[in-house]
Amino acid sequence: MALQSLDIKARSATTTPSPSARGEAVKVAKLIDISKCIGCKACQVACMEWNDLRDEVGDNFGVYDNPRDLTDQSWTLMRFSEVEVQAGKLEWLIRKDGCMHCADPGCLKACPSPGAIVQYANGIVDFHQENCIGCGYCITGCPFDIPRISKKDSKVYKCTLCSDRVAVGMAPACVKTCPTGAIVFGSKEDMIHHAEGRIADLKERGYQNAGLYDPAGVGGTHVMYVLQHADQPEIYAGLPKDPSISPMVALWKGITKPLASFGLGLAVLAGFFHYMTAGPNEVEDDEEEHTS
Amino acid sequence: MTNHWVDIKNADFILIMGGNAAEAHPCGFKWVTEAKAQRKARLAVVDPRFTRSAAVADFYAPIRPGSDIAFLGGVINYLLANDRVHHEYVKHYTNATYLVREDYGFEDGIFSGYDAGSRKYDRESWNYQIGADGYVMVDETMQNPRCVYQMMKQHYARYTPEMVERVCGTPKDAFLKVAEMIGATAAPDKVMTIMYALGWTQHTVGSQNIRAMAMIQLLLGNIGRAGGGVNALRGHANVQGITDMCLYSDVLPGYLGAPTDADTTREDYLAKRSLKPLRPNQMSYWQNFPKFHTSLMKSFYGKAATAENGFRYDWLPKKDAPYDVLHIFELMHQGKMNGFICQGFNPLAAVSCVKKVRESLAKLKYLVVIDPLATETSEFWQDYGEYNESDPAKVATEVFRLPSTCFAEETGSFTNSGRVLQWHWAAADPPGEAKGDLEIVGTLFYRLRELYQKEGGTFPDPVLNLDWSYAIPQVPQPEEVAREFNGKAIADVTDPKDPAKVLAKAGEQLATFGHLRDDGSTSSGNWLYCGAWSQAGNLMARRDTADPSGLGFYPNWGFSWPANRRILYNRANADPSGKPWDPKRKTIAWDGSKWSGYDVPDMRPDAAPEENVGPFIMHPDGVAHLFALKGLSDGPFPEHYEPFETPLAANPMHPKNPLALQNPAARIFKGDQADLGKADKYPYVATTYRLTEHQHYWTKNVLSNAIVQPSQFVELDEDLAKQKGIASGDLVKVSSQRGYVRGTAVVTRRLKPLQVDGKKVHTVGIPIHWGFVGVAKQGFLANRLTPYVGDANSQTPEYKAFLVNIEKA
Repeated sequence: MALQSLDIKARSATTTPSPSARGEAVKVAKLIDISKCIGCKACQVACMEWNDLRDEVGDNFGVYDNPRDLTDQSWTLMRFSEVEVQAGKLEWLIRKDGCMHCADPGCLKACPSPGAIVQYANGIVDFHQENCIGCGYCITGCPFDIPRISKKDSKVYKCTLCSDRVAVGMAPACVKTCPTGAIVFGSKEDMIHHAEGRIADLKERGYQNAGLYDPAGVGGTHVMYVLQHADQPEIYAGLPKDPSISPMVALWKGITKPLASFGLGLAVLAGFFHYMTAGPNEVEDDEEEHTS
Repeated sequence: MTNHWVDIKNADFILIMGGNAAEAHPCGFKWVTEAKAQRKARLAVVDPRFTRSAAVADFYAPIRPGSDIAFLGGVINYLLANDRVHHEYVKHYTNATYLVREDYGFEDGIFSGYDAGSRKYDRESWNYQIGADGYVMVDETMQNPRCVYQMMKQHYARYTPEMVERVCGTPKDAFLKVAEMIGATAAPDKVMTIMYALGWTQHTVGSQNIRAMAMIQLLLGNIGRAGGGVNALRGHANVQGITDMCLYSDVLPGYLGAPTDADTTREDYLAKRSLKPLRPNQMSYWQNFPKFHTSLMKSFYGKAATAENGFRYDWLPKKDAPYDVLHIFELMHQGKMNGFICQGFNPLAAVSCVKKVRESLAKLKYLVVIDPLATETSEFWQDYGEYNESDPAKVATEVFRLPSTCFAEETGSFTNSGRVLQWHWAAADPPGEAKGDLEIVGTLFYRLRELYQKEGGTFPDPVLNLDWSYAIPQVPQPEEVAREFNGKAIADVTDPKDPAKVLAKAGEQLATFGHLRDDGSTSSGNWLYCGAWSQAGNLMARRDTADPSGLGFYPNWGFSWPANRRILYNRANADPSGKPWDPKRKTIAWDGSKWSGYDVPDMRPDAAPEENVGPFIMHPDGVAHLFALKGLSDGPFPEHYEPFETPLAANPMHPKNPLALQNPAARIFKGDQADLGKADKYPYVATTYRLTEHQHYWTKNVLSNAIVQPSQFVELDEDLAKQKGIASGDLVKVSSQRGYVRGTAVVTRRLKPLQVDGKKVHTVGIPIHWGFVGVAKQGFLANRLTPYVGDANSQTPEYKAFLVNIEKA
């Protein structure tokens, strides 16, 4: 959906220039302070409530993470990791997983369907499912493995950063509900400043490598983490250390623009890209896994 | 709580032990994060498991379930041995200087006065030496070997760090680290808070666990102070309210001790509870007991209660035995109880030993369940296969379900853990035929009274004369009940110092329990709640966010009992001369003519410091009790005893005395002894607990909660898992002497085997939230495993430490 109060500054598979009459919008960010997170999952429930999502009642599979993975009905998920950074000193690191809202979004770059993925002027990356053709390229394009295809309508879903709430001046539902203030929201500038205070506090408590996760490889993100061990993001349930957009997406991006402007059929392109990135079968396997 | 939720932000050090605040009280836990962020407070967690609280703590120490007193006793010893004591506080505000009777003693794990036959103590010797002047004898130098300080020092000298490690399995260095963090708050300008919950209460030594912590807080001078206190985190939104209004058999509303068979006359009953001061100038506030009790009787029986008829003391039930939950189901099991009404209570799920509770319910003639939901209790007679095997044709119990409203469909007051009464308004209409609890109980009473009127019956007087003057008798309104529990003047209430001065005119709502009288001129349904709905209106509905102290007292937000006081014993926040120990955290101070400040003084307002009126005004001696006197049934000093199911053959503190293996004063019913398991068959310690995703047995009825924590699991350590060939995700069966559950194994590093008394002890964790009713995956009630034995004082079952076996299912 278009939001009147938010200009769209980038649109998938589109060459039309973005609106610019209103000038620069304030860039927003959600900051997740893992050192304050107790893994209560209130954010998961708030997300379900606000976005009218109800996943299946699944099963415990040997850990606290539930549902088992992100799905079209679960746009955010707590991932629990038991690690010993220092031998004998157990840490239970709980990371709220979900869309990072990259400044340079791989999903948007990879998407062949005009307007299925947009980036608002405030930095939020949103999926417009009415334009989604269900090809799954955004999944390949995402360095964080976030988007999920719905079995029901074959369209891809993910966290919207509550673009509808943010557009009218409210914080995302997860932020509003977080009981410990582990999730905060505001301008990206303010969030970086807030993170600095938190990092100083963590360093004072002995976390010498505490730091902010705002990876440059994707142009920075509009969802950032305060990590106790910023030198080892991968211990937080596989948070990538140096995420970047796949070179194949960059290649595709290079080809699609001229091709699209010449008006060639998307189906041909889709097949081409499919083969180039993953081979003819693997993407389907991926889809199976994500939707099971 | 002695303090309140927001006040946790004022602490320098927070200990979470016997609870898991981040998991079970995530909203209140925000004040821990505030203290950490704003004050640079440190957080330590002591728990058998590395919990969600531990995940955000500065330090975590493991402990074997059921060994908390050994740990806390070790802390007491550490504080005394290393001089981490707030001496001036201890000397003036506790009974450290008081002399204990010569015949009090403690030998080989047993206190003086024990009778093994009845498993009871004669507590006579647990008392002070009284001088010729009628007051307690003291030794200000604290050198007399019979003074409480020396007795305590001697008692806890056995609790060395080595002994702590041996009993608790807590590595010595981890114990010492926690003790050091605690000890640092002995400095007058440092304060620690303790947050505990069911992890301390649900043991056969539950009350003593809490007392041990209270002693530590007293030695550190942390009670009565902003950021300090002993803070019980209560259950759902109104558990504190339930306790205050006393739906228990032992007490009447406002913690007024209920009469027993021995209290044959009103005069004796009141005299026994109107404690006279044991030291000069002390307030001994329970001297006002007759005022509170008489006002309660007026609230019960209205005009029918007069001075001439003893305010109908004869109509009050006099209990012949304790009627705690274990005793109730024991009586039911024996076939001595034939009807049972459960209001907002799911005993089949919530009480220990499901097998016994199910057998008991099946012996009833009728069972009434008042609840918004179908519960395991209301469905106990149905066959749910392995989860609840039953042949309905063989159950004669008639079950009535009366659907009630849930909290969001009701108007009324909640009392939170911090004693703050907050009014709330119904947000939605109830579905279907559901009715509010007041209407259900009102209608029930109305119909019963009609029957008594028509047919008479045994002892109809208390029913026929109960004051039930609500506008619509079948549907009392919450506002009417609130005005009633606050209380009103029946005749003009005058100032005893100046009888011409009228404090409250006849018919007016009372402003304070200070205006209650014992002559029948006032009524109040709960003296502690007096002031909540005064002539000024419903103070519980106040939502003023002004905070003049900056300490988060919010004096005009809701109403805090007693007297809108936010911190109990706040006189102790100041030194004997009336100056706050820490001016930055001042609550009240002596201003030269009176006590004033940010909180309502817990002290006679004009009691000058020179008068030496002690801050613990409810005690006849005005001081806090390091030595508990006759206060508890199982000893004046907390002592470590093993859980009723223990992995050890002997109590390491008293290896040669089998009588001292477990709490010698804890009650166990005859038939239940055989249902206790031994370590040879059930070698692993188990403990039950809650998860953030669920609230007891309710939220398994809610889809969103079921989605985020869908199915039953049990937790075990990697070492045990390896030994048993269990991998994470495997189905496992956990059995105790009383039953079994099955669930998915969560193999975790958050549980570690501990070395206890030369033996490796594994702990198996059992979250409780599953059952056979609801939208979450069906599961086994965790209480199929737990033993039918409770705390020696409160009779709360020992849900937190028992023995099991575990195997791959």
